[in-house]
Amino acid sequence: MNGRRTRALGPGRALRTARLATLATLAALFAIPFYLLVRNGLATDADITSPGWTPLPPTPRWDNLAELFDDPATPMAQGLWNSARVAVLTTAGTLLLASMAGYGLARIRYPHADRVLYAVLASLLIPASVTFVPGFVLVSSLGWVSTLPGLIVPTLFSAFAAFVFRQYFLGFPAELEDAARIDGLGPWRTFWLVVVPNSRPVFASVATIVFTGSWNAFLWPLVIGQDQNSWTVQVVLSTFATAQTLNLHELFIAAAVSIVPLVAVFVVLQRHIVAGAQLSSGDG
Amino acid sequence: MALTRLLGPQRRHLWFWVFTGPFVAGLAVFVYVPLLWSVGLSFFDAQNTVTPTRFVGLGNYATVLADPAFRSSLATFAVFAVVIVPATFGLSLGLALLVHAAGPGRAFFRSVFFLPAACSYVAAGLIWKTAIFNGVRFGLANTVLRLFGRNPVAWLSTAHPAWYWLPIGTARLWLQSGFYMLLFLAGLSRIPSVLYEAAALDGAQLGWQRFRHITWPQLRRTSVAVVLLLAVNAFQAFDEFFTLLSTTRGYPPYARPPLVYLYYVALGQGQNLGVGSAGAVVLALVILVFTAGQARRLRLGRAR
Repeated sequence: MNGRRTRALGPGRALRTARLATLATLAALFAIPFYLLVRNGLATDADITSPGWTPLPPTPRWDNLAELFDDPATPMAQGLWNSARVAVLTTAGTLLLASMAGYGLARIRYPHADRVLYAVLASLLIPASVTFVPGFVLVSSLGWVSTLPGLIVPTLFSAFAAFVFRQYFLGFPAELEDAARIDGLGPWRTFWLVVVPNSRPVFASVATIVFTGSWNAFLWPLVIGQDQNSWTVQVVLSTFATAQTLNLHELFIAAAVSIVPLVAVFVVLQRHIVAGAQLSSGDG
Repeated sequence: MALTRLLGPQRRHLWFWVFTGPFVAGLAVFVYVPLLWSVGLSFFDAQNTVTPTRFVGLGNYATVLADPAFRSSLATFAVFAVVIVPATFGLSLGLALLVHAAGPGRAFFRSVFFLPAACSYVAAGLIWKTAIFNGVRFGLANTVLRLFGRNPVAWLSTAHPAWYWLPIGTARLWLQSGFYMLLFLAGLSRIPSVLYEAAALDGAQLGWQRFRHITWPQLRRTSVAVVLLLAVNAFQAFDEFFTLLSTTRGYPPYARPPLVYLYYVALGQGQNLGVGSAGAVVLALVILVFTAGQARRLRLGRAR
């Protein structure tokens, strides 16, 4: 734009300033939805719909939180409890099943191991959400509609997680296994006492990915959770979208409450999430 | 592998299945059996039942393929993918380049852009629907329009003009760009700095030249993965469409991507699992062909 001024500042410096300004603007834009969530979550409906919009609610209403949990029309406490159980059990189950399978596929010689691997990987070709109709068919014939097993068990067999563990265990140092063997440990105890404790980062990364996915999942819980007692927090939230009377302040505080656990996870486990994101693209 | 070699072959097989058996059995029961069952159902008249008796051959497939709603759901996906794949690709690559060069602020900006990934599509859909793209006056988008002296727009409740693409597209853009930015950042950090030093010696000083001749070709593997993931994820879009568009009166007839279509056919009023299964099989085939085609096209691109 102004060539002379740019030269006076030095091209590097001008570029850095422009870059920083762009980043700051984009960061502010990205923060707007979070801001609206908190602002409206602590306001009254009148404040939210008022034409004289104020950046902060005139008087922050912390009662909105109590109101949300007392409202019989929105089973929020039950939803959070269901989501917590589903996400924790799904994560634990996936880690257990997929790490064992990955270890077997990577480290135990078996003539047909490749065929087993292909059978596992073939399930990746069709994304799980496209198969929600067949999944529903199976779950309903097992009598698992609106139950915890129906929400959890069909999602436990993640070929993606098994593959990530396999790739990781392929590179696991053989010396550690040899040492365990010399100490008289069989494969079972070698895995649990030597391999798992030395593989914490990959477990943490897969766990964060699975937990996030499970907490935020919507289609499957919507299909399986026919009964209000089995709704996860996402299904409870979605009822706001179709409610007869729009209860705005409850809607925003509910959405904020539903996000808090994951934001906490993200802030605490940032490092593992970054690694997990790379794993999930098959790119790590 | 000394450990496994020392074990007898018999016990090695046993141990293999001890480790992989539970997973493989579960995969068979909960993934492959329902798939096959569903393929079976797709040849039967299966309304409100999972054990139908009346064989209808390819009738369900004919019903699905002749259904204008099914074809329009594929068209909806196509429009959505054409918009969201390049938009997310461009924004996440741009963010990655900016963040990568940000120096001390790098970790902070990375967190800010990635944090929306903690949000569910349902929560994002609600924020978009009620606080930003609200059809009445107090929504953020209409407030901004008013500042420029424009009339409020009914973002989500009309099919013509199709304003609903703006909330749908921006919600997904906000939510997923940070994730793909992370993938690009990882790709950027793998580019050896020697390449840039050599380019500087060759006189490639300009940012654009460096990007064109070094960064872009070196990011190729990441770019291919990102495009594939974006397209497959767009195909599975359900949550934000459902949250943004369904109302007290149900889901409008427009803006139904494939999974929304399937949801209403298989689990809506009729519970027509036969037609629903046929639809699921067709969609599974579409995504198989699509993924294979994409992968091939992008790999051919590299050979050229």
